[in-house]
Amino acid sequence: MQNVAIADQPDHLHDPQTFITKYVYSQDHKVIAIQYGLTAVFVGLIALVLSGLMRLQLGFPDTFDFIDPSAYLQFVTMHGMIMVIYLLTALLLGGFGNYLIPLMVGARDMVFPFMNMLSYWFYLLSVIVLLASFFVPGGPTGAGWTLYPPQAILGGTPGYDWGIILMLASLAIFIVAFTMGGLNYVTTVLQARTHGMTLMRMPLTIWGIFTATVLGLLAFPALLVSAIMMMLDKTLGTSFFMPALVSLGENLDYSGGSPVLFQHLFWFFGHPEVYIVALPAFGMVSDVLATHARKNIFGYRMMVWAIVGIGGLSFFVWAHHMYVSGMDPKFGFFFATTTLIIAVPTAIKVYNWILTLYRGNIHLTVPMLFAIGFIFTFTHGGLTGLFLGNVTVDLPLSDTYFVVAHFHMVMGVSPIMVLFAAIYHWYPLMTGRMFNERLGKIHFWFTFLGTYAIYLPMHYLGFLGVPRRYFAMGSTDFIPESAQSLNASITISALIVGLSQLIFLYNVFWSLRHGKPAGHNPWGATSLEWQTPDVPPRHGNWGHDLPKVYRWAYDYSVPGAKDDFIPQNHPISAFEQTADQHEGHK
Amino acid sequence: MSIQTDSNSSYTAPGIDGMVEDWSADKQAFDVPWGKLMMWIFLLSDTFIFSIFLTGYMNVRLSQTDNWPNPSEVFALEIAGHHMPLILIAIMTFVLITSSGTMAMAVNFAYNRDRRRTVILMAATALLGASFVGMQAFEWSKLISEGVRPWENPFGAAQFGSTFFMITGFHGMHVTAGVIYLTVIARRVARGYYEDKGYAIVEITGLYWHFVDLVWVFIFAFFYLW
Repeated sequence: MQNVAIADQPDHLHDPQTFITKYVYSQDHKVIAIQYGLTAVFVGLIALVLSGLMRLQLGFPDTFDFIDPSAYLQFVTMHGMIMVIYLLTALLLGGFGNYLIPLMVGARDMVFPFMNMLSYWFYLLSVIVLLASFFVPGGPTGAGWTLYPPQAILGGTPGYDWGIILMLASLAIFIVAFTMGGLNYVTTVLQARTHGMTLMRMPLTIWGIFTATVLGLLAFPALLVSAIMMMLDKTLGTSFFMPALVSLGENLDYSGGSPVLFQHLFWFFGHPEVYIVALPAFGMVSDVLATHARKNIFGYRMMVWAIVGIGGLSFFVWAHHMYVSGMDPKFGFFFATTTLIIAVPTAIKVYNWILTLYRGNIHLTVPMLFAIGFIFTFTHGGLTGLFLGNVTVDLPLSDTYFVVAHFHMVMGVSPIMVLFAAIYHWYPLMTGRMFNERLGKIHFWFTFLGTYAIYLPMHYLGFLGVPRRYFAMGSTDFIPESAQSLNASITISALIVGLSQLIFLYNVFWSLRHGKPAGHNPWGATSLEWQTPDVPPRHGNWGHDLPKVYRWAYDYSVPGAKDDFIPQNHPISAFEQTADQHEGHK
Repeated sequence: MSIQTDSNSSYTAPGIDGMVEDWSADKQAFDVPWGKLMMWIFLLSDTFIFSIFLTGYMNVRLSQTDNWPNPSEVFALEIAGHHMPLILIAIMTFVLITSSGTMAMAVNFAYNRDRRRTVILMAATALLGASFVGMQAFEWSKLISEGVRPWENPFGAAQFGSTFFMITGFHGMHVTAGVIYLTVIARRVARGYYEDKGYAIVEITGLYWHFVDLVWVFIFAFFYLW
């Protein structure tokens, strides 16, 4: 059986010996995951600072000399791109995907560890290229994270000469990195599961990461191709996306290209990207909720099909980002319909999370607080999505702060809430120590309440018609003076939330040395990653023998069982078999 | 499909549920080596890349107001006084499809552990691939000498040049990568590197090679024949 060579032969695993092979050029999925995680958090902090600078300008215009209109647009662009691609995608899939997939399905590592390592190094390279754009003449691109041509490569847009080239190159490198990692994740989930781990026994975390990775492998090609085409437009003067136009009083050589083609290609990637970020979050939050409510996830099969359904549907909704591009109303109708259909599986998931909590034995631990917080932010962000999915409601709201508030609630804050939940939840496994509970709770309340202080008023600004991406409002008649006070209050909240993340960083680093030893399975979780012989798991994960799985991942509070959880690798006992005959099969 | 089924997981239900149970049985979803499945998934992803290239090309072509050159005439050659439309492209297509044949034979001989024939056929495949790239280089230089550039084109729409160089260039890079891949694997086969591991790798290389051929058929149909 050459197919399962690594899986059953621990002798073939050479434990890395030197510092370099153990922590730098490591092929161990856990080390790679932490490398991914640290890099992603590092760039994420840069993006957080950028958002603070943007808020400073919006809240207190004409106060800060170093923020000129160009710099403001560059902050907007880099903040958006870093957060969506280099933080969320990388941390959820490269970080948690890498860490959890082999542990949760009972494998010793990813199927191709060397490629996995290359994936990280390419990711690091893409980050370096991206950050290099801060130091080139003209600075990074200020085209907005959607990089719409023609303005993205025309004079007058900040960073039109160097910044945009580095941005496109960095995206292409990132896609190469993601593809190498993604192929590994998909193959590992499909082919390297341990004995008894059927697909329908996998924790929902794995289902979320798996489906998101498949989406990524099919959606990133659209971004790659549009990046290549725009790069050719910029460097060789082709006209894929560039119509004949006059720029700064000068007739350009471009002619006959179609800017709308870029929008289609970009959003064919861009909308699945929302779910590339959301689906792993859905999965992880399901596991956190079930574990800390001591209750099985409600409707496991429906949850799986909802993840797969959302993933499939996400390829048929992209043009709802383009209602104002002048498309045929018939297409608008089609895309509005598909957009609203996607709300059905999403609503199933939200109901199932709430029903999981219903009459559960809820432990309000820090991860649980963040998970419950996610249900709030996600529901609120999702509901405003129903407004924007309808063509007639979207047209007046398009490009206002309502949109900003919507997507920050649904794909900014919500996945971040889950990421915090996940970091607090799996921190004991990764480090072998508990974090400080009190600091964690303070961090939660600042983040959760601060989120609402920032984004609820933004909806109101959007209804007033305040446009997004504007450096300053100036004297606009339809925007009342009070909007400025609201902006100032949002800025203050944003700065407080931003600073409160220092509590989190302090907690993570302080607990590394001073946290209480976590021991085995501190949460009493059922899934396999908590059943490793060593905490944190060693190279090869499982000691000599792979675990054998006998049940699904959600046997919490089983009536008649000794503990309120039964790990997946515990055989079905006699009392359960008799109970099974009455209740039917799980 | 399942390799090993524990007694407690052999639940059979009728209809679609049963099918799902069966397909999701433990350890492996597909009874193929890891590398082969990974190659299939990669090719699926790559299919999206080429589909989007071709879709972009069609969009650009359909929205063109300038005259689109007739590919049969642009790619015609004068051979011995005869005017032969698309002759070079026809030969290139023939060469590439022939290389798929030699590749398929190599896979067969590899599984029969006939190392000598496998290596010869893989080398032949790589040679055919290299000659394809060579002919493509000839075609590029002919067009460039006639004044076709990515940004302009004496025969009509500038996008003709842009899409031509971009799509055939990207495909040519795939063929070049395939030639290198074939050479590396053939060398290892010759050295007996796969005697213990088995020869699935030759089939995996073949999958990639057939994919590159298949993509060419679509490029041929949509770019040259349309």
